[in-house]
Amino acid sequence: MEKAIKRYMPIFVLPTFFAFVLGFIVPFIMGIWLSFCKFTTVTDAKFVGISNYIDALGDTVFRHSFWYTVLFAVISLAVINVIAFALGMALTKELRGTNVFRTVFFMPNLIGGIVLGYIWQLIFNGILEKYGTALALNEWYGFWGLIILVSWQQIGYMMIIYIAGLQSIPGDVMEAAEIDGATRWQRLWKVTIPMMMPSITICMFLSITNGFKLFDQNLSLTAGEPSKMSEMMALNIFNTFYGRTGWEGVGQAKAVLFFLLVVMIGMLQLRATRSKEVQQ
Amino acid sequence: MKMKKLLSVMIASAMVAGMAAGCSTPSGGSSEKSDAKGKVYYLNFKPEADDDWQSLAEAYTEETGVPVTVLTAASGEYEKTLKSEMAKSDAPTLFQVNGPVGLASWKDYCYDLKDSAIAGELTDDSFALMDGEKMAGIAYVIENYGIIYNKGLLEKAGYSAKDITNFDSFKNVVEDITKRKKELGFSAFTSAGMDGSSDWRFKTHLANLPIYYEYKEDGIDNTDAIKGTYLDNYRQIWDLYINNATCEPTALSTKTADDATADFVTEEAVFYQNGTWEMNNIADVGEDNLGILPIYVGIKGEEEQGVCTGTENYWCVNSKASEDDIQATMDFMNWCVTSDTGVEAMCKNMGFVIPFSSNLESDNVLVNEANKYMENGKAPVSWNFSTMPSEEWKNGVGSALTAYAADQSDANWEKVVTAFVDGWAAEAAAAK
Repeated sequence: MEKAIKRYMPIFVLPTFFAFVLGFIVPFIMGIWLSFCKFTTVTDAKFVGISNYIDALGDTVFRHSFWYTVLFAVISLAVINVIAFALGMALTKELRGTNVFRTVFFMPNLIGGIVLGYIWQLIFNGILEKYGTALALNEWYGFWGLIILVSWQQIGYMMIIYIAGLQSIPGDVMEAAEIDGATRWQRLWKVTIPMMMPSITICMFLSITNGFKLFDQNLSLTAGEPSKMSEMMALNIFNTFYGRTGWEGVGQAKAVLFFLLVVMIGMLQLRATRSKEVQQ
Repeated sequence: MKMKKLLSVMIASAMVAGMAAGCSTPSGGSSEKSDAKGKVYYLNFKPEADDDWQSLAEAYTEETGVPVTVLTAASGEYEKTLKSEMAKSDAPTLFQVNGPVGLASWKDYCYDLKDSAIAGELTDDSFALMDGEKMAGIAYVIENYGIIYNKGLLEKAGYSAKDITNFDSFKNVVEDITKRKKELGFSAFTSAGMDGSSDWRFKTHLANLPIYYEYKEDGIDNTDAIKGTYLDNYRQIWDLYINNATCEPTALSTKTADDATADFVTEEAVFYQNGTWEMNNIADVGEDNLGILPIYVGIKGEEEQGVCTGTENYWCVNSKASEDDIQATMDFMNWCVTSDTGVEAMCKNMGFVIPFSSNLESDNVLVNEANKYMENGKAPVSWNFSTMPSEEWKNGVGSALTAYAADQSDANWEKVVTAFVDGWAAEAAAAK
């Protein structure tokens, strides 16, 4: 069997590898090259050096969107993971209708971001209208609107990962803790959470990178209104690319900076939580 | 074991086959054989005319054997679609730009149309878009916009279009209607929606008026630094729009173009700022019931002002296409504006007024109403919004207008002025 796998490895790997190269590696390298160019279409570029990066870093709206995005990522990370963990705990307690609840909580994740954005926009504006205001008039309405939206969308997904993690905790460890007289609270903090660290690592990684990368929900819910104050980094990059003649390269430079930032934060977070993982 | 091996090979080869099939989608039209060389790929800007272009393309292919592909970009997505389509090896051979600013990004892709047959068909050279000595684009439709009104409702309120000759008289009519809104059962204006589907009516089209008057005063047709001489007039008319509409000014950010059309068609409002292209959507009001007024903003001598007439649709031919395709494209363009089928389709089915000698009289009531102003010697307002420095600038003004509508303080208007004047300078400097 081992040998067979080795022999047929190319057949299994190549299609995905091909798709990965075509859909990721090539655009990625092209993207880095284009960030040093002035261009109108991506196949016809002229090298201009680092001027795009200078423009990108000098853009005050970009800097605002950075802080706005950081704040969003941190808050959404906390909200999503705490609630998803709590739900995961509740739904592994062998309650009645557990499967129904799991399905219901997971379902929002199956709806696309753009659609969700427009639906929630209707809901929020319907409520805000009663108070004579609207989402597009205050950046913080948009901010909390986005938090509610992504929580609703992603909690179910993280919950599934937590449930899988919780179910893999061996019963004897818990039993031993119970016999030793550990309280519920102690069992949660000293046994469950350390045993859950792999799940927590992956969930935190997913939600923080999702928070930074958020695009479609932002586009459809607020579109950056008012005056780009609720514009997050991904949307800012998109708008830079298309908003001005000759700024395509600047948008591309921002995208490269954005990539470096997300990778760095992802790595730091992985290292921080990995170090807390325990051997079972 | 053997079974498993066989199965895995089968599944894997099925996957590979699936991928290969996905990659080798034939590009449209290129496989068709014909005597004529070259092909045409038109990236159309107007979603409302998509069906007509498709059938016109078919008719042309039937007549000449030259394959014509028409792709229509979604509303407001033209630049994005164009950018990605142009990067392909099968790029559009015929596309359009909106004027000098749009041309700036595409000028390297524009074929010089000076010696083309279609250039000779133009009724006036001002309908060509020049890039220095090069004729980069040719306008293919002339449009008008102003304040469309419902004649029946206006009469019901006790007025007629004759009572409206300048801003003050217009304001009186509008405010009187608002005062008697309950009794009359309708409002003066449709919602001035600032949703993305509708905000261009104000951040672009309405903003054209202060720009037009400033350019006129200074005797220029483009600038890197707008002064904003007539922004108080812009504020006056905007105040009038938002405070006399079917909805509260605070709700504007959520109102869409469909909302405004609905207000107008269901006769909940008399006035609706839009253009001749909107005819099909509002035809339910009744052709005899529709009229169009100039947008008066309170400028001395504006009694002699007509509606806004111009174009932001310039055809350009992709200079990076092959010689054959360029020739085929120019033949197609010329056919569209000279052959009976083409002219019929453009003037009747699409309802265009075309700036070519073959133009037919329009069936579009709004067009004919708008032309009356010109016949009566009123000066049409030119479309200067194609000189607006960038999309960013428009969005900045739009956001500021929305915020001002929700809270109409002087401080908020200052922000509109900042977005308009300082934003212009900044954007003009940024566009390189």
